[in-house]
Amino acid sequence: MAVGLPRRTLLQRLDLAAHEAAPAALTLVLVLVSFLPPLVPGQPGLLPSALPASVFFWTLYRPRLMAPPAVFGLGLVQDLLSAAPLGVNTLLSLLLHAAVLTQRRVLVRQSFLIVWVAFALLAAALLSLGWLLRSILAVAVLPPLPALVELGLVVFLYPAYSWLFIRLERSLAAP
Amino acid sequence: MIRVSVPVRQAIARLILPVLIAASFGLMLLGKADTVIVERARVALTDLLVPVYGVLSRPVGAVRDAIEAVHGLARLHSENARLREENARLRRWYDVAMALEAENLALRAVLNAPAEPTPGFITARVVADTGTTYARSVLLFTGPRHAVTKGQVALDQNGLVGRVSEVGSRSARVLLVTDINSRIPVRIERTGARAILVGTNGPAPRLQHWSESAPPQPGDRVVTSAQAGAFPAGLPVGTVRAGPGGVIEVELAADLDRLTFVRLHDFGLSGILPPEQVVPPRRRGGS
Repeated sequence: MAVGLPRRTLLQRLDLAAHEAAPAALTLVLVLVSFLPPLVPGQPGLLPSALPASVFFWTLYRPRLMAPPAVFGLGLVQDLLSAAPLGVNTLLSLLLHAAVLTQRRVLVRQSFLIVWVAFALLAAALLSLGWLLRSILAVAVLPPLPALVELGLVVFLYPAYSWLFIRLERSLAAP
Repeated sequence: MIRVSVPVRQAIARLILPVLIAASFGLMLLGKADTVIVERARVALTDLLVPVYGVLSRPVGAVRDAIEAVHGLARLHSENARLREENARLRRWYDVAMALEAENLALRAVLNAPAEPTPGFITARVVADTGTTYARSVLLFTGPRHAVTKGQVALDQNGLVGRVSEVGSRSARVLLVTDINSRIPVRIERTGARAILVGTNGPAPRLQHWSESAPPQPGDRVVTSAQAGAFPAGLPVGTVRAGPGGVIEVELAADLDRLTFVRLHDFGLSGILPPEQVVPPRRRGGS
């Protein structure tokens, strides 16, 4: 506990912990939900992960609530569950986190549209890197089209996730 | 909590990101070098999560059934006509099958050949579709004290789905035939020629390494081959079709988009290799 502040009661500390864990917990739930069987029959269950959108949003607006260990843990869960090469999602998420941290001060004041464009550019760079890494790990050139489709979905769904995160962010700001 | 001075804490905070990035590279190497540890970690996590998925997938299944039911109502009439026609055709086949079975039994009796034992099976519910852009697999909720073993063959009501690649204490993972790591020895039923079914992560896996003298034709039925000792012969896989760019694809008989239950057959075959030990075959003939 920080020196000089009055000691908090147990309830206050629990409340604080819940606040601090809320963004990571919501993201974990979104990651887990994306692996449920597809709701619409015949539609392949390829809901893209909420991970890039979440890491981007929280690092941009509340970096303290999306610390590197949380980013790492979420990427690890995604990697372990999807049976894909381990470490790729953790690396990509951490790089996204680092990239947003460096541009935070500029981006945080911009309009939604510009933030969305920035997210699209970052997502394109990261998913390309992910495709490259997975190709290297698989020792084969993986088909690029599914990766492009994934990028499209990730970018396209950002406003929806962003809306959800803004709701949570507001409820955290005004307890 | 350990009390540390402010500068030390700041230093730790600044170091943690590079350390974790390095750890990610470490994980990639670990995944390549020691697949046993990684598999154990995966299995531990799926064992933990599979009861949650077991509960969550039920309402999803209910919604899916409801959507199917509404769709079904819309084409009730045409569906009925189709089923009547199919029923008539199948009844004829039923007669043929009964006659053949009787003949088969009679011939076996003459030859004193023992009937092949019918393999037993376990039915398991698919609770999570862990398919991503880069890997295709599903999670099964097997319940505790199951008899699922690695390498078992998974089928839906129509055909081959994949095989069990990881087994936990109450969960199992089935690597689908569409996964990019999936290699399955198959046989073209019409010619008897052998080939390898290669997953592409797309909906239709490709045929590779078929013999030049008997190329597969669109419409040919594809069944599994007992070639590598990994699969029993003759399980239905799908039909050959010409894909985009002239590649030979197989339209799967199994409906991988609507897996709710799979049958896990234990054919007592143990000559199976984990996908990471299967060397990707060199391209030859049709690609």
